[in-house]
Amino acid sequence: MSANLTALAYLAAAILFILALRGLSSPESARRGNVFGITGMLIAVGTTIISPDITSYAWILGALVIGGAVGTGIALKIHMTAMPQLVAAFHSLVGMAAVLVAAAAMDSPASYGITDAEGHIHLASRIEMALGAIIGAITFSGSVVAFTKLQGLVSGNPVTFLGQHLLNLVLAVATVALIVMFVRDPQITYFWTFIALALVLGVLVIIPIGGADMPVVISMLNSYSGWAAAGIGFTLQNSALIVTGALVGSSGAILSYIMVKAMNRSFISVILGGFGGDTATSAATKTDRPVKAGSAEDAAFILKNAASVIIVPGYGMAVAQAQHALAEMAEKLKATGVRVRYGIHPVAGRMPGHMNVLLAEANVPYEEVAELEEINSDFSNTDVAFVIGANDVTNPAARDDPASPIYGMPVLDVDKARTVLFVKRSLSPGYAGIDNDLFYGDTTMMLFADAKKMVQDIASELG
Amino acid sequence: MEVDPLVWELTIFVLAIFVGYYVVWSVTPALHTPLMSITNAISSVIVVGALIAVGPEDFSAAKVFGFAAMVLAAVNIFGGFVVTHRILGMFKKKAK
Repeated sequence: MSANLTALAYLAAAILFILALRGLSSPESARRGNVFGITGMLIAVGTTIISPDITSYAWILGALVIGGAVGTGIALKIHMTAMPQLVAAFHSLVGMAAVLVAAAAMDSPASYGITDAEGHIHLASRIEMALGAIIGAITFSGSVVAFTKLQGLVSGNPVTFLGQHLLNLVLAVATVALIVMFVRDPQITYFWTFIALALVLGVLVIIPIGGADMPVVISMLNSYSGWAAAGIGFTLQNSALIVTGALVGSSGAILSYIMVKAMNRSFISVILGGFGGDTATSAATKTDRPVKAGSAEDAAFILKNAASVIIVPGYGMAVAQAQHALAEMAEKLKATGVRVRYGIHPVAGRMPGHMNVLLAEANVPYEEVAELEEINSDFSNTDVAFVIGANDVTNPAARDDPASPIYGMPVLDVDKARTVLFVKRSLSPGYAGIDNDLFYGDTTMMLFADAKKMVQDIASELG
Repeated sequence: MEVDPLVWELTIFVLAIFVGYYVVWSVTPALHTPLMSITNAISSVIVVGALIAVGPEDFSAAKVFGFAAMVLAAVNIFGGFVVTHRILGMFKKKAK
């Protein structure tokens, strides 16, 4: 194939990748989108393999078989509750692949066509390679840290120490200095030194960020993985890789923006970290206000007599693996003529859209699942809001109390429903470490139990 | 006077960011998880860079780096598309 034809084939692949993302605008078109994505990948890989530079196929086949088997095996087995970890792990692989491709180009620049007549690497290629490799290394080690936090291998609490930001600054300056040295004189020692620095930097950037900010972290790393790919794309002068890197980079950036907005935080405060661990550590003002607690029987009675119910799930539902039992309870309610819907806060899970996937897994039709903006005005004419595993995203203080640390964060107005049923283990505060007035409301009934057990009990009471 | 290829690449890059911006805002929030898994899969098109290093007959350090990169990218490509397919298969309409 001529170089022109090859370039056109990469263009076709890039267009198919754009269509793959476009397909995700609705669940109906999404499956076709995935097929577009696969087709684009086949075209890109196929075009490269048939190029005259590729003459040996044994290693290629070996890598495809090993990687393909591992990837497919994991993808088929993974629990949907573990999707955030899986995505973090995948990001780390993209990052490492970018580093390795840059290393290969360093070792054999001629085969990448990035050398001039005297065999020196082009100036532009040096810059592109350095940037791609460094962003890749940060993506790799940062994603590994995010993975270990999400998987529970290390505590989700923020790790902060004195002089942390200063250390990060020093490392960042050193990395930039090494890039400059590398661009002037592309020595392999400079290359591996800035990779090492970037790996350390990736760890340091992610460890201060607490478990509750994970949706932002995952989205940011998604974005980084895209920029790393784009950097390598420039080195390879490959339009498919440049376009894909730009798409993924902007996708991750937009998701980060959506998550940050949904928490009313700023990027700076998230990145500086120190907010929101697995368990609240700050001393929340404990009150002795009376709480109305109920049993599964009471809850079943209230739900059965309601005309409309909005279920508000949170991360606690995922932890308790209660989504299937919850869907069963909802089915029984629907069978008795109750209108059941679900209201999802953007940061309800550990990654964007996590709750929607868990509900879909439990066979909840997606028409019944609404986003915050769609459903928030409906709470005032809803009989029962059923909160399960969520807390801060329902806290009216975010709306009413300017002194509250979460003031200004968009919340689901569950307190406007006629009755609030709140499934929770105890009165402990949520990740923000603040009390929720909703617990003590006149219209609130607390259901103290494990989320899964409670919805199972309610379902059996419903008969 | 000739335009440096880098400028053309930069043109493609910047335009693609704009395309990405508009396309991603049109993604329904309910599908943000599969959006992440599919972007994982497609960003592994970086595998084309690995192929160039693995392709030649002769053994070299580049070939080893390329092989490792290819294994990682292949995990991502297969894993990303398969898990996206699985997730999208779960999103069902109301049974009539």
